Amino acid sequence: MSWSGKILRVNLTKGTCQSEPLNMAWAKEYLGSRGLASKYLVEEIDPKVDPLSPDNKIIWATGPLTGTMASTGGRYTVVTKGPLTGAIACSNSGGYWGAELKMAGWDMIIFEGKSPKPVYLFIQDDNAQLLDASSLWGQSVWETEPSIKAKHQDPQIRVSCIGKAGENQVLFASVVNDLHRAAGRSGVGAVMGSKNLKAIAVRGTKGVGNLKDPKGFMKATAAAKAVLAGHAVTGQGLPTYGTQVLMNVINEVGALPTRNHKDVQFEGAKDISAEAMATPRETDGKPHLVTNQACFGCTIACGRISKIDETHFSIQNRPQYINASGGLEYEAAWALGAANGVNDLEALQFANMVCNEEGMDPISFGATIGAVMEMYEMGVLKKEQLGIEAPFGSAKALCYFAEITAKGEGFGKEIGLGSAKLTKKYGQPDLSMSVKGQEFPAYDGRVVQGIGLAYATSNRGACHLRGYTIASEVLGIPVKTEPTETNGKPELVKAFQDATAAFDSAGICIFTSFAWTLADVAPQVQAACGEEFTVENLNTIGERIWNMERDFNNRAGFTSKDDNLPKRLMTEPAKTGPGKGTVSGLDKMLPEYYKVRGWDSEGRLNSETRKRLGL
Amino acid sequence: MQKSLLINADKCTGCLQCEMACSYENYGVFNTAKSRIKVFDFHTTGKKVPYTCTQCDEAWCLKACPVDAIRIDANTGAKVVIEDVCVGCKVCTISCPFGTINYVQDSGKVQKCDLCGGDPACATSCPTGAITYVDADWTGLDRMRAWADKLGNQPAA
Repeated sequence: MSWSGKILRVNLTKGTCQSEPLNMAWAKEYLGSRGLASKYLVEEIDPKVDPLSPDNKIIWATGPLTGTMASTGGRYTVVTKGPLTGAIACSNSGGYWGAELKMAGWDMIIFEGKSPKPVYLFIQDDNAQLLDASSLWGQSVWETEPSIKAKHQDPQIRVSCIGKAGENQVLFASVVNDLHRAAGRSGVGAVMGSKNLKAIAVRGTKGVGNLKDPKGFMKATAAAKAVLAGHAVTGQGLPTYGTQVLMNVINEVGALPTRNHKDVQFEGAKDISAEAMATPRETDGKPHLVTNQACFGCTIACGRISKIDETHFSIQNRPQYINASGGLEYEAAWALGAANGVNDLEALQFANMVCNEEGMDPISFGATIGAVMEMYEMGVLKKEQLGIEAPFGSAKALCYFAEITAKGEGFGKEIGLGSAKLTKKYGQPDLSMSVKGQEFPAYDGRVVQGIGLAYATSNRGACHLRGYTIASEVLGIPVKTEPTETNGKPELVKAFQDATAAFDSAGICIFTSFAWTLADVAPQVQAACGEEFTVENLNTIGERIWNMERDFNNRAGFTSKDDNLPKRLMTEPAKTGPGKGTVSGLDKMLPEYYKVRGWDSEGRLNSETRKRLGL
Repeated sequence: MQKSLLINADKCTGCLQCEMACSYENYGVFNTAKSRIKVFDFHTTGKKVPYTCTQCDEAWCLKACPVDAIRIDANTGAKVVIEDVCVGCKVCTISCPFGTINYVQDSGKVQKCDLCGGDPACATSCPTGAITYVDADWTGLDRMRAWADKLGNQPAA
């Protein structure tokens, strides 16, 4: 078992909360979290639904290992049809909220409809009720959480909520829990805002207990933790440096997208790296980094807690920013920094804090600013309309844009559309560094061929967390492949995509996969859920999830034409670094990928694939 | 020889493995709400601090109990709640200056750390060494060693 066996269905239009049993047949086929919630979504909504309409649904889901002693077993996902992309969206978060929901006795919450006025859902174990959130509407994430705790006189409540960005339906608004952990991508926060749903506050005291084989589970999880502790990445690199350990590494291999992907190496990388975060500042003699932090159940503890320089221009007379706070992670440091040519670490942390405070995805926000700065330098956008001079490298512009975007003021409203819609509006669609409308993360897809294919085919738009082939192509995990080589990459991408779907659906963190394979995951899931969850079955479950997501997107109107990369990556060779001169070989890889997937030449599931996976 | 839980908050990452291990040991479920050790996350400073009973020699809880439900485990020195005897009057929860003995609604009794009979699950589960179980007479040994190293072992500046 290890599923609670119970889901909560909330109809926001009617204001009702109802408990219903979990569909156990689906649980066996889709495991939990990402897979299982996506199954509910695709069964319950029209793929062509407007993501911001009441007919869309949004689901918060845990996995069978969420809330257990399995390392990193604290994850939850938010699944919906995404407004940034129009594709299926699934964003994953750590912190403590997911485990709290599971301990309250729920596997997932399905929201449907739209509330006539702002509400929040309050769950205390079996009891769930919608409460008035009119006084919370307009509050930031950092205000909402303490407000709810104070109102209920319970500091142990956990809160998953939106800030102003979600309320304003910024298309890359995130859902934030525990102040700075986020279900960050694809605009899941905007869907929450569109439903007048401000927050989900949970207090769980029932615990997670119905393991299939408790003794076997304790043994399996202990063995798996030892694997994490003994691995160079999960045992040393991530706890010491965080994901930021990658900044200098990726710059060295010439795959650090810089200034809206015009360059692949950033001269300021060292200034915004993990090493820079640990170096004492000249102004106050203190390092940026305060400590590392774990999410619930995590024995890796890659999270960064930092303290901004009190003398920095961005925070003068603004005391809410001087405390220690989450950041910087690699993706945020890249998107806010290298993508815009900004090397001011403190400015990046400020923009990152605004993203957490008001609930915005720093990747899509930062990458959109890259497009804005390029259009400013071209003369397409002017200072008068932007409100500030915005050349590449301007830390002041970055900080300014973060605030006006979150609050929906002035040109911020247009930034909140994301780079695809924004560049199209100004006649420069080729300047959006995105796939299916979602901006690239921090690895150049023309130099590292596999990750380019992974971006092009990711079911939620460009994403590194749907098939992190960087592990193989740069870090040599599990085996080293050559970044610029296209041969073999379709198979590699498929393997990563399928395994990742299984990891995500178990309720654990994908970062475990630096050290774990499914052979480490399977014994834990088997002891928790049942013998049938073998390595082979988990792989099949992952493949089934991938194909289900793909099928939804096809029915939503996506075709092989949407499995593309921007012109820049296809035609402008990398200027420097080990991959100098290369462009993406997507045209070679994509047809092969479709074959490996068992899809037709248009990228649709063929009947044999459907039959094999039971779709 | 008795041992003590030794907590070094500087090493704590806030993963709550200790809270899960505690609840699993005592109730057979992963339930941080039932843990006898709590990790406090002071987010404005980034500090995470585990806190639990120090097993006072002159235990206020034990002395306050009107029905002698709290007794000393001779092997470990732990002050242990005898559930069959406890009447749930909560006087001990008032008397404890540290707040480390608390009422449990489900059972109608109080609970506190009992050192798991000499093999504390929190210490075993801690992945960073923030919680250890060491000779009760030498909880200062590591700090003494660090100072001895600094003052006597390092080359003169």
